[in-house]
Amino acid sequence: MQAEVACCPETGDAAWTIRLALQGDALAVRRGLGLLFTDPRLAALSPDSRGTAEIVLAEVLNNIVEHAYALVPGGVEVTIRLLERGLCCCIRDHGAPMPGLELPPGQPVDCSDELPEGGFGWFMIRSLARNLRYCRGGRWNELCFLLPVNE
Amino acid sequence: MDVQARTAEGLLLVQVREERIDAAAAIRFKDRMREVTAGWAGPVILDMSEVKFLDSSGLGAVVAVMKLLGPEQRLELAGLTPTVEKVFRLTRMDSVFRIHPVLPEEYRNAG
Repeated sequence: MQAEVACCPETGDAAWTIRLALQGDALAVRRGLGLLFTDPRLAALSPDSRGTAEIVLAEVLNNIVEHAYALVPGGVEVTIRLLERGLCCCIRDHGAPMPGLELPPGQPVDCSDELPEGGFGWFMIRSLARNLRYCRGGRWNELCFLLPVNE
Repeated sequence: MDVQARTAEGLLLVQVREERIDAAAAIRFKDRMREVTAGWAGPVILDMSEVKFLDSSGLGAVVAVMKLLGPEQRLELAGLTPTVEKVFRLTRMDSVFRIHPVLPEEYRNAG
C-alpha cells in the first residue's frame, strides 16, 4: 500500500517505514500506540526519543478522536518514516477539518489563575514536534511533522 | 482502573496500578480517585511509579483531582516515570505539584 502522505514536505530516503491503520476511538488509539511502540524499529530508539514520539502521537490521535471524529467516527492512517533528520510522522483522517483550516496555536497553559484541566495537548505537540504541516484534501486531513531522534 | 488507597502516617497513600492514564482511562481514573478520597480530609500522595504513560487527558484528570480535593487538602505526586515526568515538565505542571522522585521511605511499608 502506498503511504497516503500527499502533503509531507520531508523528502529523502527512509531507513524504514511503518504504516498503521486504526479506528478513531480512544481505545483503538491506546491499542495502536501499543502496537507502534512494541515494533522493534521504534523500540530500538532511545527511551527519550520513544517517549517524545509517544506523547506527540498520542496527542495528535486523541485530537482526531475528539474533534475530527466528534460527530461521525472513521479511520486513521499513521505513516512513520525514519529519515536522517528524525522521525517523519504523517497522520491522515477522514473527519471534520481543523477550524479555519489552521492548526491551533497551542499557547502555554496559564498557571497563575485557576488551573485548567485541558488545553495541554497542542502546547505539547508544538513544543516537541518540528516542521508541523497541515493539509486539508477533498475529505481528509493530513498532519505531518518531524520528531528529533537521539541515540 | 486499579487504584488502591491506604492510610499511612497521617496521609492517604494512593497507588495507581495501571500502566496508562490516557484519554481512554481519564474519566475512570477521576471517578476512582473521587471514591478512594471520599471522607478523607488529610494530605494525599499519589504513587505513579507503575504509570508508564500519561497524555494530556490524564494530566487534566490529575489536575481535576487536585481541584476536587480543594485548596485545604494537599495532593503530592511520587515516582513519576520518565515519560510522565516529561509531560509534567513540558506543561510546567511540575511547578504546581510537589513531586517526590520516589515514594518517601516512611510510607513505603507503613499502613
